[in-house]
Amino acid sequence: MTQAEIKLCSLLLQEHFGEIVEKIGVHLIRTGSQPLRVIAHDTGTSLDQVKKALCVLIQHNLVSYQVHKRGVVEYEAQCSRVLRMLRYPRYIYTTKTLYSDTGELIVEELLLNGKLTMSAVVKKVADRLTETMEDGKTMDYAEVSNTFVRLADTHFVQRCPSVPTTENSDPGPPPPAPTLVINEKDMYLVPKLSLIGKGKRRRSSDEDAAGEPKAKRPKHTTDNKEPIPDDGIYWQANLDRFHQHFRDQAIVSAVANRMDQTSSEIVRTMLRMSEITTSSSAPFTQPLSSNEIFRSLPVGYNISKQVLDQYLTLLADDPLEFVGKSGDSGGGMYVINLHKALASLATATLESVVQERFGSRCARIFRLVLQKKHLEQKQVEDFAMIPAKEAKDMLYKMLSENFMSLQVGCQ
Amino acid sequence: MAGNKGRGRAAYTFNIEAVGFSKGEKLPDVVLKPPPLFPDTDYKPVPLKTGEGEEYMLALKQELRETMKRMPYFIETPEERQDIERYSKRYMKVYKEEWIPDWRRLPREMMPRNKCKKAGPKPKKAKDAGKGTSLTNTADVLKKIEELEKRDDGEKSDEENEDKEGSKEKSKEGDDDDDDDAAEQEEYDEEEQEEENDYINSYFEDGDDFGADSDDNMDEATY
Repeated sequence: MTQAEIKLCSLLLQEHFGEIVEKIGVHLIRTGSQPLRVIAHDTGTSLDQVKKALCVLIQHNLVSYQVHKRGVVEYEAQCSRVLRMLRYPRYIYTTKTLYSDTGELIVEELLLNGKLTMSAVVKKVADRLTETMEDGKTMDYAEVSNTFVRLADTHFVQRCPSVPTTENSDPGPPPPAPTLVINEKDMYLVPKLSLIGKGKRRRSSDEDAAGEPKAKRPKHTTDNKEPIPDDGIYWQANLDRFHQHFRDQAIVSAVANRMDQTSSEIVRTMLRMSEITTSSSAPFTQPLSSNEIFRSLPVGYNISKQVLDQYLTLLADDPLEFVGKSGDSGGGMYVINLHKALASLATATLESVVQERFGSRCARIFRLVLQKKHLEQKQVEDFAMIPAKEAKDMLYKMLSENFMSLQVGCQ
Repeated sequence: MAGNKGRGRAAYTFNIEAVGFSKGEKLPDVVLKPPPLFPDTDYKPVPLKTGEGEEYMLALKQELRETMKRMPYFIETPEERQDIERYSKRYMKVYKEEWIPDWRRLPREMMPRNKCKKAGPKPKKAKDAGKGTSLTNTADVLKKIEELEKRDDGEKSDEENEDKEGSKEKSKEGDDDDDDDAAEQEEYDEEEQEEENDYINSYFEDGDDFGADSDDNMDEATY
C-alpha cells in the first residue's frame, strides 16, 4: 500500500471509529499479519483496548483472523476494504434508486453495523421508517422483510460465513478461534422467519434518561421474552455486487453517449439478463440470443424484432467493440465484451485527464504514444504534426508529471 | 577531440540541435531565482460534478459522519484525569448503547478478562494462570495478587461454584444464557466505570445494601 493510501485509511478509521481503532488498524495495515500480544506491544496500547478495537474492526469486515500453527491467532487488515468506506454514500444512494427508502435504510444499517441478523435489520429499519411517518402510522415488518428478500435475491446483501455446527462429540479442546465457513448456495438463502410486528416510535420515556438498567439492555428486553429465530445468521452488504452495478451503469451510459437511447436500453437489458449468470470478473457475458433479448426488453419498449436485430448488428460492428457476435443460432448470439469495454472507458478517462491538464495538443501526443506503445522523439513530431520545440516541451511536461516515462533502447 | 575545436572559445560537448536550439540562436536567459511557488496554470480544472444525486450523497456523508460518532463502535479515547472532577461532566456525557460482539464468531482470546474489582461471577483468574494469556501489565498483576490474597480467606467455596459457571460459559454451545450476557455487560460496564471516577471500588463501603444483591459477592472481607 502506498503512503497516501495508508494516510487515507488512517483518516477514514479515525473519522468513523476513533483514535484507538485507528492506531490498531493502521499498524496492521503497515505491518501485515500479527498476533494479539505483538500488536499490543508494538503500539503501546493496553491489551484490553486492543481487544476492543479488534472486535470493532472484525465486526466491520476490516480485519480478518487466521489460526496458525501452535494455536497462535494472527490478525490481518484489509486495506482495500477500508478504502471502500469512501463509497458508502454511493452504495446507499444506489439502493435508494433501485429499492426506494426501505432498501436504502436496510443497506445503510448493514454498512453502519458491519453485520446484522435479518431480524435485527428488519426491526431497526421499521423503527426508523416509523419515525418519519405521520403520527399514528407505523411500518409493518412484513414490508421491510419483503424488500430484504428482494435485496438478497439480487445479491446486494449476502450471508456472512458462519460458525460450523459441530456435533457435541468433539473430544478435544475447543479451537482458539472458530473457522467460519459459508456454502456457495447458502449465501443468498433467506431464513424462513415469521417476523410479525410494526415499527415502534421512539418516545422520550423509553429512552435512557429514565433508568440506566433499562437502557443498558436494549437488546435483551426482547431476548428475554423470545429467542432470536435466526440467531447466528448474519448478513452483510455485498460490495462486489454494487461494483458490478456501477460497471454496468458506466457501460450503459457510454453506449447512450456514443449511440442513442435505444441502443443503451438494449445493452442494459443484456447486462440485466447476465447479472446472476456471469461472474463479476468474467471477460465477457454469457452469449444471449437475439430472441431472448427481444423477450426480455422492458415492457414499455415496443420495437420490432427486425429493428432490434439492426441495432444489435450496429452495436457489434462498432469499432469500440462493446458488443460482439459469437454465433448465429437463435437469431444471432451476442455477448458484451466487459473487459474491452472497461479498457476503452479507462483509456477515455485518461485522455480526458491529459486534455484538461495540458491542452489538446498534448492530448494528441498522448493518444499517439498510447496507441503506438513506443515512439521516438522524432517520430512523435512527425506523427503529431507539431513543431519540434513545442513537441519537446510538451513531452517533457508530461514526463515531469509522470504521465510518460522514458525507455532507453539500443540505437 | 572535437571539443577542443575553438580553444578558449565556448563550445558545447553535445549536439545542441538535439535539445531544440538551432545553431547561433539566442539561448534563453539564465534563471537566477527559484521558480514561483504557485505558477500560473494555463488550464483551469473542470468544475465539480453536481446534481441531485451528488447533493444527496453529500448530505448522506455528513449524516454518516455524525451517526458513526454516536454508535457503540466509536471508541472514545479516555481523557486525562483532571485535577478537579467537574460535577457537570457526569451529566453532560452522551449515553451510548452497549454493543456485545457475538463471541462465538471471534477467537477466544478476544474475550475481555475481568479484573474483578466488583463482584464478578466469572473467575477468569483461575483459568488465566493456566492459559497464560493474561494481562502483561505488572501493575495489574500486583493488584491481582493483592486481591487474591484478600479473597483466599473465606471464599474457596464460592470459587468452586464460579469455576463451574465459567466453564459453562466457555463451551460456546448454542445461545448464550441471560446470565452470561448480563455478566458480560457487567464486564464492559466495569471497564467503563473504572475510568469514570477516582474512587477505588473496593474501598467503597455502602453499608447494608451494597453487595447484598448478588450471591457471588467476592468483595473484600468487611473489617
